[in-house]
Amino acid sequence: MTPRRRRLILVLGILAGVAIAGTLALQAFRENVMFFFDPSQVAQGEAPEGERFRLGGMVEKGSVVRAPGSLQVQFIVTDFQRSVPVHYSGVLPDLFREGQGVVAHGRLGTDGVFNADEVLAKHDEKYMPPEVKRSLKPPATPAAAPQG
Amino acid sequence: MDWTWFHRFGSPPHLYGLAGKLTPWFAWPAALLILAGLYGGLALAPPDYQQGDGFRIIYVHAPSAWLSLMAYTWMAAAAAIGLVWRMKVAHAVAASCAPIGAWFTVAALCTGMLWGKPMWGTYWVWDPRLTAELVLLFLYLGYIGLRSAIEDPQRADRASAVLAIVGVVNVPIVRYSVEWWNSIHQAPSVMKFGKPSISWPMLTPLLIMFVGFTLLFVALMLVRARGEILRRERQSRWVSEVVAQ
Repeated sequence: MTPRRRRLILVLGILAGVAIAGTLALQAFRENVMFFFDPSQVAQGEAPEGERFRLGGMVEKGSVVRAPGSLQVQFIVTDFQRSVPVHYSGVLPDLFREGQGVVAHGRLGTDGVFNADEVLAKHDEKYMPPEVKRSLKPPATPAAAPQG
Repeated sequence: MDWTWFHRFGSPPHLYGLAGKLTPWFAWPAALLILAGLYGGLALAPPDYQQGDGFRIIYVHAPSAWLSLMAYTWMAAAAAIGLVWRMKVAHAVAASCAPIGAWFTVAALCTGMLWGKPMWGTYWVWDPRLTAELVLLFLYLGYIGLRSAIEDPQRADRASAVLAIVGVVNVPIVRYSVEWWNSIHQAPSVMKFGKPSISWPMLTPLLIMFVGFTLLFVALMLVRARGEILRRERQSRWVSEVVAQ
C-alpha cells in the first residue's frame, strides 16, 4: 500500500467515524434537540411534565380570544390531530395569525391549559405576493400536519 | 490514465497565474448579477402576502447561508486533497476559503437575526438550525485560529486539514436540521427537490443572487489563494521574478 493510499483511507476513515459518532450522538439527544413538541406529542406524554417546554403547531382558526383592555390572549394550538389550549399575556409577534404556525414557551398546567410566557411566530417556507394568495382557494381539508 | 493536468495544479506558479487569469471572469459577472439581483429583489419583486417588504432580506440571507455551507465544503475538500496528495497549493486554497466562509456565516446569522425579531418575535433562540449555523462559525474560527497558532506551516496545514474534515459533518446537519427536527426556522423554499414554494417574480431575483454570490465567492477565493501562494513561496525565485515585474 502506497503512503498516499494509506492517507486516503485515513481521511475516509476519519469522515466515516465522525459521521457515525455524529449520527449516534444526535439520535441520543433527539429529544433535547427538538425545539418544540407538537400537540400529538404532548397528548402522548412525550413532553417533559411539570417543566418548561415549547409547544408548536398551528393557531386554530377562530380560536383567538383577546380580553378587552389587557394583553391577555387565549388560543388553541393544533396539529390537526390533537390540540392544546394556550393562555398568554404579552405582545404577540407580527406574524401571529390564525391558521399560521406558532411556538409557545411555558408550562402545561394540570387542567390541560398551556400557560405561555413567550410566543414566537413560525413562518412557513411559502412566499407569494398578496394577489396570488387571494387567488388561491383555501384547501378543503387540512391534508397534513404542519411541517416541523 | 494521464494525471499531468492534475499535477500541474500542484505547481504554485501555474496556479498563481491561472488564478490571476480567471479572477476577472468571475468577478465581473458576479458584480453585474448581484446588482441586477438586488434591483430585482428590492425594487421589482412584489411584497409578500404576510411579511410585506420584510421578506426582502431573503435576497441577502439565503445566498449568504448557502455560501457559508458551500465554502466549508470546498475548504474541507481542498484540505482533504492537500492531506492525501501532499499538495501544498490545496492547503493554500483551503486556508483562503476559511475567512470568506466565516464572513458569509456572520452575514447569514446577522440578517437572520434582523428578520427574526419582527417576524418570529425574537433575535435568537437555541433552535437546531440556528445553533448548527453558529457551530459552523465556530468551526471556521477554530480552523483559522488553529492555523495561526502553529508556526510550522506544514504542521499547521495538516492539523487544520483534519479539523476541516471532521467539521464537514456539520454541513448536512445545518442543511437538514429543519427537516430532521421541529425547528422554528422554515423549511427550504428553493434548495429542495420539487417545485419551489416561492412565487416566480420573487424567485427570479433570488436565483440571480444565488449565482452572483457563488461567482463572488470564487472570485474572492482566487484573489486570496494568490496572496496565500505568494506568502508561502516568498523564498522562491519565481516569486521574486513576479514581484520584480
